[in-house]
Amino acid sequence: MNGPKLRVLQIDLTERRVGVLPADGLEHYLGGIGLAAKLFAGLVDVQAAPLDAHQPVVLAGGALAAFFPMCTKGVAVFRSPLTGGWGESYAGMRLALALRLAGWDAIVITGRADRPVYLSIGPHGVRFKSAAALWGLDCEEAGRLLRQLEPGRGFRSCLRIGPAGEKGVAFASVNVDTYRHFGRLGLGAVLGAKNLKAIVIYGDRDYPVPQPKQYREIYDQIYRQAVRTDVMEKYHALGTSVNVSVLSELGALPTRNLQQSTFEAAERISGRAFAEGSLVRKVACAGCPVGCIHIGLRRRQFAPGYEYESVALSYDHELIYALGSLLGMSSPEKVYDLIEAVELYGLDAISAGVLLAWLTEAQQNGLLREEDLGCWLEFDRVEGYLKVLENLVEQPSELYALLAQGLARAVERLGGKEYALCLGGHEMAGYHTGPANLLGLAVGARHSHLDNAGYAIDQKASKNGWDSARMVHEIMAEEKWRNVLNCLCICLFAREVYTPAVVQKALAAVGIERTGEELMALGEEIFQLKNRLRSQLGYSSERLYFAPRYFATPALGRQIDPAQLQEMLELYRQQAGV
Amino acid sequence: MPKVLTAPGMKKCIGCYSCMLACARTTQGSLSPQKAALAIRTVGGLQSRLVADICRACPDAPCAQACRCGALVPRSGGGVKFNPALCLGCRDCVEACIVQVIKFDEVKNRPIVCIQCGTCTRYCPHGVLLMEERA
Ligand code: SF4
Ligand code: SF4
Ligand code: SF4
Repeated sequence: MNGPKLRVLQIDLTERRVGVLPADGLEHYLGGIGLAAKLFAGLVDVQAAPLDAHQPVVLAGGALAAFFPMCTKGVAVFRSPLTGGWGESYAGMRLALALRLAGWDAIVITGRADRPVYLSIGPHGVRFKSAAALWGLDCEEAGRLLRQLEPGRGFRSCLRIGPAGEKGVAFASVNVDTYRHFGRLGLGAVLGAKNLKAIVIYGDRDYPVPQPKQYREIYDQIYRQAVRTDVMEKYHALGTSVNVSVLSELGALPTRNLQQSTFEAAERISGRAFAEGSLVRKVACAGCPVGCIHIGLRRRQFAPGYEYESVALSYDHELIYALGSLLGMSSPEKVYDLIEAVELYGLDAISAGVLLAWLTEAQQNGLLREEDLGCWLEFDRVEGYLKVLENLVEQPSELYALLAQGLARAVERLGGKEYALCLGGHEMAGYHTGPANLLGLAVGARHSHLDNAGYAIDQKASKNGWDSARMVHEIMAEEKWRNVLNCLCICLFAREVYTPAVVQKALAAVGIERTGEELMALGEEIFQLKNRLRSQLGYSSERLYFAPRYFATPALGRQIDPAQLQEMLELYRQQAGV
Repeated sequence: MPKVLTAPGMKKCIGCYSCMLACARTTQGSLSPQKAALAIRTVGGLQSRLVADICRACPDAPCAQACRCGALVPRSGGGVKFNPALCLGCRDCVEACIVQVIKFDEVKNRPIVCIQCGTCTRYCPHGVLLMEERA
């Protein structure tokens, strides 16, 4: 059995029309990335630019969404304004639940509204509402107003862009329910180009419990694993930020634009330091008993005397890396100030941090002057960075307009490519562990550490003495299996819980029978499908460039051998056919 | 003494909705947390605090008093027992609930009433919800 019939909502912003898109035969993908990729493939215009009005944005949930613990993500597929190619991003909080309650497996958005609008997607259809009053507002204020304006409290999901998305910054993000984001690859700019400030999704669809006994058994098994065993211990405790000091000790924490891979101040901005000094609570995506989202309180004196303001911000490893160690930041307060700015503008934190780190070095090298940026940047000093972030959004000069296109494009024109931490047009994530990480980031469908966890493969390789072939094999196998998890939009933090056997049982409990082989074949099929689409959109592994900086700074205490990386790339190319 | 539902640890709540999901599937046969007899919600977005709307197990339950067909009867120790077979779907109990936590299921034409079964507490990862004896 294939499960229930899919329901796909289509919204055309230009014509202000909505409808149900036929999706017969797509049940086989189980939703998520498989469904989104297929829908996207049918609509994308490979000749047109990413911000062209015709380009589609697809949002999708998974077949298990909201039915099982940690099946909490929604996926977005779009053409990335940052790389020009494939755009794929995931976000949690209430998105998956809201899609489920609204009764949609996917939502396809095309066209461009003639003036700023937001979409209210409820159980009785879609409303196009004026966003005139919201345009220009930061993510927080826009969210506050939308909460006031829209129904569905507690069960709705509220996606919105900040000024960065409106102004077309190529790495603008979309804020999802305050604490999660469609971060990477610039979905914010795509929505901005569509004049779409926000999307609120809510509903009250009911779903009967299928096969109660079977359902309960597997639900309880998953729940117990998540809560009572140590499989997810890391996420219950310090969260991903535990990595900061661990990676620094291993010599794998990119620091000061990767001039170093250990950070002498790592302990001061470690997960422990954040938790002990400022953690106020944890929150969870709807339907996840783990609650890995760490909220810290930044308390700030704004005037002499006892004049304080405070803001609650979520932090995790990637943020502390990109806006912390990579910029040489020596205290949580400084990291928080940058996190706050990035949140309010609606920028991807990793891309922003990597760009700032490069700019700092570019100024030190004399490639850019103080007048060029309007400020002087120095590692560990927040003020200049805040100024640059503001200017990236405002774009007061041609230089800033260029920088707003992302680091890869900027260095094509400005030089300084040798120390620009890009891979496949995309800024590097927070690990410097070795060749598998570099290759994984460069060839992964979204150039993300989450594509294939190359950083973990490096660590296993160094323990077990794996050779290049084995590492390449692991990278591909991991990406394929993650495609399956991403069809179901299972939180990747829960990947140890959702083994193939557990996935099968969970699916069976909601009436979808799949063998282990079928699941593996699905992962393979999506791998191929994405690779085809990526090639059509211009990706070629032959054009990859690895900055000398990656080889100069030791990873896990060793220099990465360019020849080995090249060899791995060749092997990958032969096997993956890209 | 039978125990009644309390939420003494709301400050520890992570907003995971596991309690609502457990309630809905167990008492209503539904996978939607909206069908739960309790609600966890924020009071102004996720940056604010989380609160629990739960049945307070009123002594002299006003909902049961309002129910004229005997579908809701007071339970000794607090709270009510609900007999769906006797329910006409009049919504008098919904109106009568002084803390406004009784929801109404339009499709099944009957209220969603907390029966003090404690299922929600067993799925709370942080021990926020408890079944406690009345002091
Ligand atoms: S582990 Fe964290 S990100 Fe994953 S579903 Fe749970 S709260 Fe969300
Ligand atoms: S439903 Fe309302 S009136 Fe009835 S016992 Fe619960 S809180 Fe009291
Ligand atoms: S299960 Fe516990 S932590 Fe989760 S929402 Fe309910 S009360 Fe809060």
